[in-house]
Amino acid sequence: MLTSSHLLILLPLLTGAGLLLAGRRADRLAAPVAIGAHGIVLGLAIAVAIMRPNMRALFLAGLPFGVAVDGLSALMVVLVAGVTLPVLVYASAELAGDDARARFFGLMSVFTAAMLTTVTATSLLPLLMAWEVMGACSYALIGFWWRDGWRARAGTTAFLTTRAGDLGLYLAAGAAFAGLGSLSLERLAVLPSPWSHVVAAGVLAAAAGKSAQLPFSFWLSRAMAGPSSVSALLHSATMVAAGGYLLLRVSPLLHTTGWAGLTAAWLGAATAIAVGAVATLQDDLKQLAAASTSAQLGFVFLAAGAGSVAGGAAHVVGHAAVKSLLLLGGGAFLAVLGTTDLARLRGAGRRMPWTGAGFAVGAVTLAGTPPLALWLTKDLAMHGAPIGLTIASYVAAAFSAAYAGRALVTVLVRPTRQAEHGSRSAARSAATLPPRSVSISPERTPTAMLAALAALVLAVLVVVPVWLDVLPPPAPVPGILSALVALGVLVLVVGAARRGMAVREAVPDAAAKAGRRWLWLAEAARTMIARPVMASATALARFDDRVLAAGLRGAAQGVEGLARVTHQAPERAIAGTVRRGAAGVRRLGHLARLPQTGQLHQYYAQAVVVLVVLVVAAVLLTGYG
Amino acid sequence: MLSLVVFLPALAALGLLTARSRPQLARWGFVAATATEVVLAAALWLTASGTGFRHEQRLSWIPGIGVSYHVGVDGISLALIAMTSVLFAACAVYSLRQQRAPATFAALMLALETTAIGVFAALDLIVFFLFFDLSLVLMYFVIAGWGHRDHRRAALHFFLYTFVGSLVLLLGFIGIAIAADPTTFDIAALIEQPPLRDAPVAGGFVLLAVGIGLAIKTPLVPLHTWLPPAHTEAPAVGSAILAGVLLKLGTYGFVRIALPILPDAWRRFALVFVILGVVSVLYGALVALAQSDVKRMIAYTSVNHMGYILLGLGTAGMIVGNTEPARQLAITGAATQMVSHGLITGALFLLAGVLYARAREYDMASFGGLAGVAPRYAGLMAVAAFAALGLPGFSGFIAEFHIFTGSLGVQPVATAVALLGVLLTAALFLRALHRLFLGERLLPGGVGRFDDVAARELVPVAALLALATVIGVLPRTLLGTLEPAAHTVAEWVTL
Repeated sequence: MLTSSHLLILLPLLTGAGLLLAGRRADRLAAPVAIGAHGIVLGLAIAVAIMRPNMRALFLAGLPFGVAVDGLSALMVVLVAGVTLPVLVYASAELAGDDARARFFGLMSVFTAAMLTTVTATSLLPLLMAWEVMGACSYALIGFWWRDGWRARAGTTAFLTTRAGDLGLYLAAGAAFAGLGSLSLERLAVLPSPWSHVVAAGVLAAAAGKSAQLPFSFWLSRAMAGPSSVSALLHSATMVAAGGYLLLRVSPLLHTTGWAGLTAAWLGAATAIAVGAVATLQDDLKQLAAASTSAQLGFVFLAAGAGSVAGGAAHVVGHAAVKSLLLLGGGAFLAVLGTTDLARLRGAGRRMPWTGAGFAVGAVTLAGTPPLALWLTKDLAMHGAPIGLTIASYVAAAFSAAYAGRALVTVLVRPTRQAEHGSRSAARSAATLPPRSVSISPERTPTAMLAALAALVLAVLVVVPVWLDVLPPPAPVPGILSALVALGVLVLVVGAARRGMAVREAVPDAAAKAGRRWLWLAEAARTMIARPVMASATALARFDDRVLAAGLRGAAQGVEGLARVTHQAPERAIAGTVRRGAAGVRRLGHLARLPQTGQLHQYYAQAVVVLVVLVVAAVLLTGYG
Repeated sequence: MLSLVVFLPALAALGLLTARSRPQLARWGFVAATATEVVLAAALWLTASGTGFRHEQRLSWIPGIGVSYHVGVDGISLALIAMTSVLFAACAVYSLRQQRAPATFAALMLALETTAIGVFAALDLIVFFLFFDLSLVLMYFVIAGWGHRDHRRAALHFFLYTFVGSLVLLLGFIGIAIAADPTTFDIAALIEQPPLRDAPVAGGFVLLAVGIGLAIKTPLVPLHTWLPPAHTEAPAVGSAILAGVLLKLGTYGFVRIALPILPDAWRRFALVFVILGVVSVLYGALVALAQSDVKRMIAYTSVNHMGYILLGLGTAGMIVGNTEPARQLAITGAATQMVSHGLITGALFLLAGVLYARAREYDMASFGGLAGVAPRYAGLMAVAAFAALGLPGFSGFIAEFHIFTGSLGVQPVATAVALLGVLLTAALFLRALHRLFLGERLLPGGVGRFDDVAARELVPVAALLALATVIGVLPRTLLGTLEPAAHTVAEWVTL
């Protein structure tokens, strides 16, 4: 029987598969069909969030495919469906007329279905399946405009980097099966040692990969090569959110191991600080947003590690709403103004007031300004963390306010001479991120903004149920200190900007460069992993060709050589013997032919001789008795 | 019934030889014969209920040394027979434009189908060996007669190498039969009462002989060097059958003969096979990553995929504590991988053939941006590549997940190392997709146009990939048949 939870996953999955199979024929229908389907999906998500269904189907022997909705999942399905719908609406305006819309909306639908499965899976098997499908969809979506080789390569980077982390999930599944004979997420907390350590490590690696935590963060920078709507979805409710969700889901396991919880928390804190600094130093709005995503997910890791599941979940939701809003706004700037370079975007919000207003609200929220969502959720996330982590998270919060402040100032301030100043860096960043043909005309931005506003409404709405009901209420948090930090830093950044001071001037050159290059993480991965692997692959291929196969050819030649030798020595001996034998026989034959003279008298003479010999022989043999 | 399934293609082959003057009849006769075989295989599958060997048939042949014509199937052989029939049907449709001696070609291929299905149905070592050996001879002619470029040399290389392997295999079989009391070549009887139980040294040598014979066919590193040249020079359907079906003769031999008939020796040397498997996984993937020739690359990924099977079968022979469910998973995974690899790699090789048919070239460096001129081709290749790199939703994932999950508890380090193969295959397939299809358009010199896939290319490939998807999404369709047989094999190894 089909239930709401079946439909929740099957509807986007089948819609996506149908669109992908139909191909370009369905281009004109793709957007309306996908948007309609996701409207229904949103309704279904709300329904399952209330009904809390639980279903499982026989899949592999002893390993069923189960999905269920509990408090955490309820929050996530509504979030996923709620963010996807406005993003699709935006995308229908973003894509150009000649783009392969059926492929795009088909992939987006499958992507959503995979995320919905991830957040409702009750065991590692469906989770892993959906998790990997999500990675593959992100590859295809980031490289959607495949004619540009660099975009496709960015997709490859995203898929390979996250899949490297995914190996952890394969490991975790095997270890859970070895320890429990089951892959149920619920039972992971009772895993015996040493399997519990393997599972915790594997899950941590997979989550860090998807959520772009250190050292995987770099893939998120390249992932901006996709359409803005893809970035908006990837950075908010899917993909990166999946990693945070997974850690929150297995938080009890992390604590039983003793080390994994603390490791996750410190990894999150380190990412929030280091990549937060990276975000502050970016010259490009999209790059700033990408780094901030990684940094914000750091707070979720911190929450999962410190045991504040409700706080972490609230932060995932709050961040998703804010980030989708910011990226759609940034996408609108890119489409209309043709750039995401911060220097050239100065005053963009004044030229596009609606977009600017939405963007500004997002940026202020991202900074952690009270009373908006992220101020509260960030404090909830830190709740219960030991003192060292708490201090670290205040530092990270200061960075959040700094990068959010930069984004805010950029779009709001009046364009000045400084804007001209930045044109050189604009040219440089254009080389790394050339804008695609402008596809949204200014008249069409209202559609885009409608979508963005819907996301904002969601941001406000979600905080209320989180706070009140869906999850166990956390202890009240004062939040005064974090409010002071956020406002203080914001004031500093705005003040500095008004005086025309660039961030670059406040930090040493080396640090600024490291920040702009994302701490050289991509270069490190290339030189430490990709190049050595390619080099060993080439070396092995040469070995295969020149040694293994050649060895075989050598053996074949050896056999041939042996044949030649046998042909020469023994063969000749044998042949010689045979030849000599033959000669002997020939001589015998010659002798035998001698009596055959053909002359009658000689035959008679021979007959007489023979007769005499026979008589003598008979006499001698019979004897005298 | 089973004998009909085995010999029907051979009978059809004889019929087609009389149609040499009517190529169109030969081509469609090939399709009709293989389609009938698919229907028969399906009927065989649906009517095989119960456990143990089914559809058994036994005729006395050389009673003096215990040889009989004995055939029968369990779940694993049923699945492989079905996969074989589907792959041959796909090749028949693909060959509808076969220009060079279509009747002879069809007859050869049909005879090859009989030998492959014969191996999967054989319950007698000599019957197994005869079909096994005949398949080499027929494949030799397919490569030598219908290959391209340096094909004669490659065919000879292929034949000599694998023929040596089958001779060693025969030696092993004779060893098994002589050790049995009374002397018998009957597989079912030998499983019932495995010989060489109390003879560790002799058992080890016999397993060595059988193992080398099968490892050449599988192929395992370092006995794989016949594979790349044979694949690159064979015609597209020849490659598809060679990788999809003939490699399975080796892995199937492990499941049907090495594990159940030599359980003690297998358990003792299981670690050797685990290591060989893991080495093949990594070596195959790494060497494939460095290839520029599409067909060579796919050939090396076969080495990688077959490595997983040996990893699973090896761990199935390691009994530590209560690992029964894990070992069952590993064997089920190995069997699933055989079916899955047949479908997916078959599709990949047919797709590689499309490239050659258009441009007489396999070198990836000569192509680029094909997604623009041939979008359907790009789509099919992308699906096949993602299926081959083990994406969930396709059969390859089901197989590999079984193997990893079953093996990890028994052999944690080896399995963790083998996991890297998953990442390497992802890298190499994405790299290949990128080079062929994305970026700026590029065609080899002298090639003006690149047509998208025609119906006779689209239909067979799409059908193979659809089956791989069905198994990936609804695995019960296959596992319901495979699991009982895999569990029985797991028991035999333990006995």
